[in-house]
Amino acid sequence: MITRRGLIVSGGATLLAGCDAWTGSPLLLDADEAHRYLQRAVVGRGALAAEFRPEQRSPRFRTNGTNNPNTPEYNALAANRFADWRLQVGGMVRQPLSLSLAQLRSMPQRAQITRHDCVEGWSAIGKWQGPRLEEVLRLAGLQDGVRYIVFHCADVFGQRRIPYYESIDLVDAFHPQTILAWSMNDAPLGVGHGAPLRLRVERQLGYKHAKYVMRIEAVASLAGIGRGKGGFWEDIAGYEWYAGI
Amino acid sequence: MQVYRHRLITRLWHWLNALAVLVMIPSGLMIFNAHPRLYWGNYGANFDHAWLKLPQWPGWLTLPSTYDLAGARHWHLAFALVLAFSLLVYLPWSLLNRHIQRDLRIRGAELAPAHLAQDLEAHWQLRFHDPADPKAYNIFQKASYAGVLFILLPLLIFTGLALAPGMWPWLADMFGGRQSARSLHFIAMALLSLFTVVHLTLVILAGPVNEVRSMITGWWKAPEDMGEAA
Repeated sequence: MITRRGLIVSGGATLLAGCDAWTGSPLLLDADEAHRYLQRAVVGRGALAAEFRPEQRSPRFRTNGTNNPNTPEYNALAANRFADWRLQVGGMVRQPLSLSLAQLRSMPQRAQITRHDCVEGWSAIGKWQGPRLEEVLRLAGLQDGVRYIVFHCADVFGQRRIPYYESIDLVDAFHPQTILAWSMNDAPLGVGHGAPLRLRVERQLGYKHAKYVMRIEAVASLAGIGRGKGGFWEDIAGYEWYAGI
Repeated sequence: MQVYRHRLITRLWHWLNALAVLVMIPSGLMIFNAHPRLYWGNYGANFDHAWLKLPQWPGWLTLPSTYDLAGARHWHLAFALVLAFSLLVYLPWSLLNRHIQRDLRIRGAELAPAHLAQDLEAHWQLRFHDPADPKAYNIFQKASYAGVLFILLPLLIFTGLALAPGMWPWLADMFGGRQSARSLHFIAMALLSLFTVVHLTLVILAGPVNEVRSMITGWWKAPEDMGEAA
């Protein structure tokens, strides 16, 4: 019989090294699904993330991931202050859209001071403003069978220059605090934070908050997106698709 | 003299909890390596004041052993379910079967300075059991087991839950903000690690075969059978 003492004294290090091999096991991944199920069942699907007062904001909000996409296409858009940028909304929608920043700004707006929680452990608080994603999706009209909303971004990663992508389900897409932010701390979104437009999906970790959003796609399945796990970091490094935990 | 010391539910919980702790501390240290700084309050990142900055934990202490934040989170979150649900079953069960009231309740007389000094002296002489009632836990055992069961483990679970962005906001508020919850999570982990080291040391000093066997089968050999060593 294996005792804890035996494990620790004689085989602790070996055991832990051996565990590396089990890291991608289906049992552990099923546990992630269990967390999503439990959290939504217990806390509720429409529960709101914390909102803060202006003086509770971080003095300095650090950036993460891409600080500047720095591709010729992006630089051209930035040089013109994104006047030529258009948000494409397509996939399984009744009416594909092409929206300018001015159009997004003229839609009903939501402003919120929320805490951004990075998967690494740090948090920063800032103010975000933009139309609710729900407004944009209603304008386009989702077809029957849509289950996920995918965000295609302008920043590229690695030697293969894979553009960033992320996805959320309709629970989060229609959540009242899920917005397409063009403004941060009462100024147009800076390049470091995802100009001209980023997703805010406040009840999930930072990597879900896609920056530099170029195109929104409504899909029935994530199978055709990247390697099928629903996001860049999910596909590359095995991060959870549901990042509410 | 053989004594039936640990009931099945206690033994089951003990090993499930031991397994969860054995996985969650190393995977937690790997998660910590992703941002080895701690803060107080709602926010905290590189430009903010950190009350604790540590170097990265070495690979032999982390799970996985090489940098893998996503993998560590899979381990940590899977065994969090084991830790939390086994405690959720064990605590009320132990109230119903009166294990808590009978074995862990601290009586006033045990806290008298003279009694504490006497028990401490007995510990130094490696005498851990009251000859009149060898099955009973001594005051230091009661205090440390109660501290782990009622303070450290619940604190670890609730501060851990408070870190989840999808959780109720009031949970993080209860601890003074998400970064405070993260700091308390780390402090509670450090105290639980300290408990584990002391616990294992005392198991070895008290007679490891007898102690471990009693936590597996329930049956424990009382000190008079253990000859002079007792």
